[in-house]
Amino acid sequence: MSDSSAHAYWKSNIKIVMSLLVVWFIISFGCGILFVDALDTIRIGGFKLGFWIAQQGSIFVFVVLIFVYIHLMDKLDDRYNLESSKSESPGAESESELEDSQ
Amino acid sequence: MSVQIWTFIFVFLSFSLYIGIAIWSRAKSTSEFYVAGAGVPPLANGMATAADWMSAASFISMAGLISFLGRDGTFYLMGWTGGYVLLALLLAPYLRKFGKFTVPDFIGDRYYSRSARLIAVFCAITISFVYVCGQMQGAGIVFSRFLEVDITTGVIIGMTIVFFYAVMGGMKGITYTQVAQYCVLIFAFMVPAIFISILMTGIPIPQLGFGAELTDAYGGGYLLDQLDGLSEQLGFATYTEGQRTTQDVFFITAALMFGTAGLPHVIIRFFTVPNVRDARRSAGFALIFIAILYTTAPTVAAFARTNLINTVNNAEYSAMPEWFSKWETTNLISFNDKNNDGRIQYLGDAERNELEVNQDIMVLANPEIAGLPNWVVALVAAGALAAALSTAAGLLLVISTSVAHDLLKRSFLPSITEKQELLCARCAIFVAVLVAGYVGINPPAYVAQVVAYAFGLAAASFFPAIVLGIFHKRMNKDGAIAGMLVGFIFTASYIIYFKTINPAADNAAGWWLGISPEGIGALGTLANLLVAYSVAKFTPAPPKDVQAIVESIRLPGEAVAR
Repeated sequence: MSDSSAHAYWKSNIKIVMSLLVVWFIISFGCGILFVDALDTIRIGGFKLGFWIAQQGSIFVFVVLIFVYIHLMDKLDDRYNLESSKSESPGAESESELEDSQ
Repeated sequence: MSVQIWTFIFVFLSFSLYIGIAIWSRAKSTSEFYVAGAGVPPLANGMATAADWMSAASFISMAGLISFLGRDGTFYLMGWTGGYVLLALLLAPYLRKFGKFTVPDFIGDRYYSRSARLIAVFCAITISFVYVCGQMQGAGIVFSRFLEVDITTGVIIGMTIVFFYAVMGGMKGITYTQVAQYCVLIFAFMVPAIFISILMTGIPIPQLGFGAELTDAYGGGYLLDQLDGLSEQLGFATYTEGQRTTQDVFFITAALMFGTAGLPHVIIRFFTVPNVRDARRSAGFALIFIAILYTTAPTVAAFARTNLINTVNNAEYSAMPEWFSKWETTNLISFNDKNNDGRIQYLGDAERNELEVNQDIMVLANPEIAGLPNWVVALVAAGALAAALSTAAGLLLVISTSVAHDLLKRSFLPSITEKQELLCARCAIFVAVLVAGYVGINPPAYVAQVVAYAFGLAAASFFPAIVLGIFHKRMNKDGAIAGMLVGFIFTASYIIYFKTINPAADNAAGWWLGISPEGIGALGTLANLLVAYSVAKFTPAPPKDVQAIVESIRLPGEAVAR
């Protein structure tokens, strides 16, 4: 992989990580701690919304965030043809494609 | 059959399984011993990570802590799961790409310095050791309460089992036993929770039962409303409202999150998968497996609390069910009839309250309080042991690799052969097991507390050094060493000051910026980042070959070195 495409790959990687961490922060520290009292005025069934996010909802969001990350990174790797990041890389074939895609 | 016979059966079966796995998965090379030959499938690694991570504290104490803390208990729930997002996004894939054996390996190579490696070894051993003592103690307590052997015998049985599979199998043995231990512990945690949820709300999914209406037998109305009402009526804090200050909860949550992402025994699990994609996947699987327990725990907390209040408050002491006297003998629950009316007054007002309840009882005795069958009660013991032993094994491996690999092979005796290194690693585990066992039998009063502080220390030392090493190419050895020292010393001093030197000031008014010692690790992390960044700015850039390492770990692909 050339230097410029390595650079572009890293930039996209940072973008993905940063946007997911923003969501991570808003849900956990934002909704679960800083604004929890305001959200508690909203009720859904037997839950106060803020309390539910703090004790359960945030954990579900964390799981979703990691799987979104896995999906986006797989797509990014495929776009840059980083076949060798998968197990049993197909070998020479992908090496030549790597140059074409840039 | 009695609870004790059921307990013997479950403990015997689960232990035979662990030993069977140990014999099947003997480690033959250092690579197998340290990282299971990097051949663990992501799903299995996810389970192993979950068992590695969920300790005696998660299994036995957490739900109980939450049931007494109410909404403030949130920092355990979010802190110990949110850290996995950081781990998955900021550490796991890059460390896997780096492809060595240990965390000090990364610190030493990335910061091209023996001092940095030795500081990392010191931090890794301190953190792991503090943590492992708590596990041995947990195992001892479970043995003594459920099997009625004394704590010493209990700890020795636990030590022997861990020693057997850790020494023989190394990481390979530990990984596959942890997979089995995860299955045991999650089954043991979920079965009582599901039973109780059905009993109290008629809904078999505890996560939903949390927000559901109670059945008529339990008084109807939403569970959380009932609990809030009961708490207020008896003078306790309202369950769904917080008592601690917002900034304290904020900092404790942050310290637990950064600490989770910086714990060496969790990080090394990601060295065991074949490649970068699998490292990302196994972080995702690990969090799913952890979330099953962590989303159930607050439910168990609320059910147990409601149940306890309903059962004991204003009830005749002489009419208490069998579990009450059984747990009284262990001092986990104690009754002092202050007004001599023969009834139990369980109140928020310390003057008139007659019942002291230890948090651990909320999980350990929960099935009995709810009147579940004996085999369910017995399951809890096997689950708690699985949680304690799986974490202990992971920690012991970190100690052993730190000694054999980082101290001897990479720092002081580079000439030893692989065979000698393997022997040293096994000896190191042996010594670590003995010391941990000794501390488990003779626990210093502060061990249980100190476990919580291991997180602050991991957060303030490793987490920034690793993240900067990956994301800041200009970060050099001077910055990293200064940062780690400042973070570790600052956090340790703050904790030691409030816990040993001046415990009288250990309250919201005495704390600096209103941050409790549990949360100070977050500030230590920040201090580490700032110091590291500024020092690196005024000192020479790292050499070209180190910058090349950073370039290469940023791209998934063939491992850099192995």
